[in-house]
Amino acid sequence: MSKFKKNKKRESGAISTASLPDIVFMLLFFFMVATVLRTEEEMVKVVRPEASEIYKIEKKHLIRYINIGPPQDKRYGTEPVIQLNDQFSDVAQIRDWVENERLTLAEAEQTKMWVSMKVDQDTKMGVVTDVKQELRKASALKVLYSASSRERTN
Amino acid sequence: MARREIPEINAGSMADIAFLLLIFWLVTTTIDSDEGVKRQLPPPVPPDMEQQEVKDGDVYNVRTNFRDELLVEKEVMSIGQLKDGAKDFLIATGTGLLHPERPNVTLGDDNMKYPERQWVRKSELILLEQSYLAAGQPKAAERVREKLTAIELFGGDYKELPGSALISLQTDRSTSYDLYLQVQNELEAAINELRDELSLAKFNESYAELEERYSRTKEASLLDKIKSIRLVFPQRISEAEPRDASQGYY
Repeated sequence: MSKFKKNKKRESGAISTASLPDIVFMLLFFFMVATVLRTEEEMVKVVRPEASEIYKIEKKHLIRYINIGPPQDKRYGTEPVIQLNDQFSDVAQIRDWVENERLTLAEAEQTKMWVSMKVDQDTKMGVVTDVKQELRKASALKVLYSASSRERTN
Repeated sequence: MARREIPEINAGSMADIAFLLLIFWLVTTTIDSDEGVKRQLPPPVPPDMEQQEVKDGDVYNVRTNFRDELLVEKEVMSIGQLKDGAKDFLIATGTGLLHPERPNVTLGDDNMKYPERQWVRKSELILLEQSYLAAGQPKAAERVREKLTAIELFGGDYKELPGSALISLQTDRSTSYDLYLQVQNELEAAINELRDELSLAKFNESYAELEERYSRTKEASLLDKIKSIRLVFPQRISEAEPRDASQGYY
């Protein structure tokens, strides 16, 4: 009978929290290493549209970005502009840009370059179509229309 | 010399400091999200390319205008209906697998709305493959081989879309990007749903899962399944060459 008695209180010592900082630091370092930082400053405001058929690119180093949207700085107006690397650009510059970006990749991967288009949802298609035509001429045919994910509608 | 005893520093707040750092980091970093709708742009068109004659029924025309309205097959449509419309276009004449031919679809008519799917017969394919091999065209024979694999996997003949069947999208320069992407998305959703449905019925696994597993394991048998499903539901979304439609459009 007395075997099952549980009334006896065993005094357990306080759990040592000394290793907690180490754990948290480990978390911190994990996040610091795992996150890919945005390398370039966004100079245009982009609200990405939503889409359900989302594709995620695994090899991030193959991606190059084209941002299109109204400038962050109102002094540059409110019309959508194209941002390549860190500057506002013209449609005509896209072909050179593609060529240059391609050279930054290893030779074997140059054909695998992705162009991710981050376009503000209120942009008119005119600009986007022009950019796409230039990309075609530059043979940068793999395009990702950047979007945030949502559920499929029924 | 009298040793002064060093009091032990309480490390209890160390965790709090580390947490603060962690949270600060989480809040300030902007993670680049690299996801979106993928598309393969067509290569530039050579100027001397001939215009191909295409049957009216083989093309599913989607147009968008400056007021963000949709004109699908010459009828006004809302974005919510587009997916079902596109699915209908792809399966109306029957796939020979899951989707029976719909009785009200008239065949052989010049005014037909739908592309006419043709039977792919195993017996014919075997002869075709041999003739290609005899003629020294290994690539053509390889394509026939893929169809034979598909028939084997499906456990029966299927009907394939005519080569000229496609979904054509034409956007006005003043259409908003949002609508454009929604249209692209719905069209892709239509194809993906059909693929998923077929894949679930035949391989007990959705098409998305097949692709996901293939990208991890690179198993050849998975690729065969993926290819077979693609043969039945190819992703043919084409964008018309842009033209300035602001004049004389409506």
